[in-house]
Amino acid sequence: MTTQRNGVLFHSDPAKKEVVLDVRNLRIHYETPRGSVIAVNGISFKVYRGEIVGLVGESGCGKTTAAMGILQLVQSPGRILGGEIRINDKNLLDLSEQQLRERRWRDLALIPQGAMNSLNPVMKVREQIADAITTHEGSQPKNKLKQRILDLFGLVGLPARVYDQYPHELSGGMKQRVCIAMAIALSPPLIIADEPTSALDVVVQRVIAQTLLDVKNRLGVSMILIGHDMGLQAQLVNRIIVMYAGNIVEVTPVGPAFEKPLHPYTQLLIASIPSIKERKPLKITEGITHDLRNPPPGCIFQFRCPYVKDVCLKVVPPLLEEEPEHFVACHLYAKEGQEV
Amino acid sequence: MGAIKSERIEDIAAALKERQFNRWDNPWLNWKLLTGGGMVLFVVLLGLVGPLFWDTTLARVGSTELNLPPVGVTIEVDGVQYVGTMKNPLGTESNGRDMLALIVAGAPMSLQVGVLTALIGMSIGVVLGSAAGYLGGWVDNVIRTLSDSVITIPSLAVLITISAYVRQIELSTMALILALFAWPAPTRFIRAQVLTLRERGYVRMARLSGVPPLEIMIKEMVPNMLPWLAASLSGNISGAILAASSLEALGLGPTRIPTLGMTIYYAIRAVAVLRGMWWWWGFPILTLVLIFLGFFLTATGLDEIANPRLRGVRS
Amino acid sequence: MSTPLLEIRNATKIYGGGFLQSGEKVVALQDFSMTIPDKPAVITTIAGESGSGKTTLASTILGFIGLTSGQILYKGKDIANLKGTDLLGYRRQVQAVFQDPYEVYNPFYRVKHIYDMVVSHLNLASSKAEARELIEQSLHVVGLRGEEVLEKYPHQLSGGQRQRIMVARAYMMKPSLIVADEPVSAVDASLRAMILDVMIRLRDEAGISFLYITHDLSTAYQIGDNIYVLYQGGIAERGRTVNVIENPKHPYVQMLINSVPVPDPKVKWTTQLEGVADESLRATVGGGCRFYSRCPSRMDRCAKTRPPLYEIQDADQQAACYLYEK
Repeated sequence: MTTQRNGVLFHSDPAKKEVVLDVRNLRIHYETPRGSVIAVNGISFKVYRGEIVGLVGESGCGKTTAAMGILQLVQSPGRILGGEIRINDKNLLDLSEQQLRERRWRDLALIPQGAMNSLNPVMKVREQIADAITTHEGSQPKNKLKQRILDLFGLVGLPARVYDQYPHELSGGMKQRVCIAMAIALSPPLIIADEPTSALDVVVQRVIAQTLLDVKNRLGVSMILIGHDMGLQAQLVNRIIVMYAGNIVEVTPVGPAFEKPLHPYTQLLIASIPSIKERKPLKITEGITHDLRNPPPGCIFQFRCPYVKDVCLKVVPPLLEEEPEHFVACHLYAKEGQEV
Repeated sequence: MGAIKSERIEDIAAALKERQFNRWDNPWLNWKLLTGGGMVLFVVLLGLVGPLFWDTTLARVGSTELNLPPVGVTIEVDGVQYVGTMKNPLGTESNGRDMLALIVAGAPMSLQVGVLTALIGMSIGVVLGSAAGYLGGWVDNVIRTLSDSVITIPSLAVLITISAYVRQIELSTMALILALFAWPAPTRFIRAQVLTLRERGYVRMARLSGVPPLEIMIKEMVPNMLPWLAASLSGNISGAILAASSLEALGLGPTRIPTLGMTIYYAIRAVAVLRGMWWWWGFPILTLVLIFLGFFLTATGLDEIANPRLRGVRS
Repeated sequence: MSTPLLEIRNATKIYGGGFLQSGEKVVALQDFSMTIPDKPAVITTIAGESGSGKTTLASTILGFIGLTSGQILYKGKDIANLKGTDLLGYRRQVQAVFQDPYEVYNPFYRVKHIYDMVVSHLNLASSKAEARELIEQSLHVVGLRGEEVLEKYPHQLSGGQRQRIMVARAYMMKPSLIVADEPVSAVDASLRAMILDVMIRLRDEAGISFLYITHDLSTAYQIGDNIYVLYQGGIAERGRTVNVIENPKHPYVQMLINSVPVPDPKVKWTTQLEGVADESLRATVGGGCRFYSRCPSRMDRCAKTRPPLYEIQDADQQAACYLYEK
């Protein structure tokens, strides 16, 4: 069955996959005295149950802003200008602050960057997790709460002794696992993890990554993994969404992302990853070159694209499904009759 | 290891916002700085411009009628009526001196003592603090021990003793005596600043570029310390004026110079409180409060500029 | 055999535990020895995670902190004794590029300030015109033009531009050695390749050696000639980069290499992690091998005395592990 929405053609079997998050045409601007910076330029994507979706792009591409937008945590001077964010078929942008607060953590949890530094240093670990639970579910009988917390520890691989400890008594990896435990405490269907391993040592990073995988497999929770470490993405995600300067340029299953990236930007990104398995000459690319307040007409990538054509300067390429489940926004692939 | 923070939209927007130094809602126009600055300016003008409008010779003993209340006030003592007139708008005191003249003459004197003391204290503080912070080692240990010890000495008691021995006190002498106890706080403060700045990337770059230590301190560190230095100076001035006025009120100030504190001293000595002559001690105190509060607010205002987090700005 | 460019002999740096100081001793660097030859120019990688001592090493080489024991010899002379013109000479020959392209600029001055400092204090040019020419040349190497950047304030430039300007500054002095402390960690993927490429070109075309300090083994693998892997202040393994990374011998290095995620979805982390993952609190001074509490192959003797570096047969490689004792 083919459906079309906002220029995106979907070939999907609605009976097969359940949608956990449906983002449609999300737009977020940063208001500055010198004009608006377009941080997120009308992006649309879905997250299905039980999958990990990677959100990648250079810094400044808007991935963190988009995540903050989904959580409704955008701070001034940022503003959400439009779009829909649907979880359980309710548009989050329609809800009041009170209703949002109830839904946060229950429908949607966040593991922010540097999460381990956001643990309260003067509260024991158990109190912080208990807080998260009782705030959203009301008070609980003590022993049930304790059992629940210990179960959470088991899910993330923390020893029971952590229950009575303070954050400063734990290593970085353990603190991060406490944050993961807090995120899954209320069994939300979706967790957004923003660079959850960026401040950790390589070996600990692997353990945390495996913990996240474990959690996903055992609880069936979906995740959005934001990051720039393509190696980590390759290990963890099922699909990758590639963003450039506020736009989604490619959505692809993880295999083709690395073997056959379609969008020229994705190709550059993949080519510039240093590998620990192979010594090869380094590929040079330039950074974002257009003024973020004044994006050019046509394709957002026109200044850096090695294959730029005339049509790219005038017409914004729509996100089209080029191969099954593989979407790309590029005039190289627009076929006759499919442009909308 | 470490999140990439280079070209994040948030940083660009924040940088653009920071460059609003010429707009109305910029940090330099915070109310504390403006109010405090205004108060100080008022008192300074009072002292500079006042003598042009009011005859300061009336501050000399025997220049006016005795014990007159301010304009518009009539009091009765022992059956005698004392009526305030515009000739002496703030009243007079029992030595025949006009209050307004005393204020106009005395305010700049009090300011002078405070500023002088603070300047001496800060100068010593800059030299010793920088040396201690930058050089470290035994230099740091010696200076720190010294300044920490001096802080623990009960300054008022010592000052009183010294002043009691020194017969004729001039303003500058007083400033020097007060400076004895005004230098440790700036020293510690500047030492802390230098210690922080020393590890900054750009200071290390300067060291790698072969820049000698003194030049590093002056060219690299001081410009980045300016708001703090200004705030500290302002705070020190208010502290010095307070200390000076305290000594003067006890009669240990320069006797020939009509500082606000000395006026208060004479008022106390003449039992002005019991006699109901509130204008004698009231107006000097009011002026002192204005000065003190003015410098204090300026210091806090400057603090906010130096430390954006105090503004409640989310970084 | 000319005098080596840089020779570090048994460098040890211990913090704390001294007279009048509270707190335990932290051994930041222990018995570290390394030689960088005068010719040819090489890129030596110092790889390690947090707490490994790599930042301390950089600070000691640059003269920011002193050693507790041991020596650092630059062309045969102990740098702790350098004064006056000798010290300035050292500054000209050994330069640095740091991780954070924001912090290294004094926000008070325009960008050209960093060049003016160097030109005047290290006597790089005899006239203003000559200086300007030199600056332009250096900027050209990193793909920038003077008119684009010199008159700007740091906050007006991007992180990538700032980092490139710093590389240009280091190059301008035509030093013998550039200490690059995580030069690409805070920079975007797209610029990473460019800066690393500049390093390679400077080695090949200008004969400048590099000390590349990083935690990222992937980039180390791409550009390093030799590598030293540090663990809690001591050398775990060293040798030619290709040997150490393709064939790690020390259990810690093996664990490390196995944990680096390969950017290929078909190559997942296969084996279960052997050994203890969680970073233990620092091992105390003295005692045996630092890695003892986490090592899957530990033996009793490892807890008692630290293993020295043993040669690995037929390879330009050494590992500090009793497993390789002959």
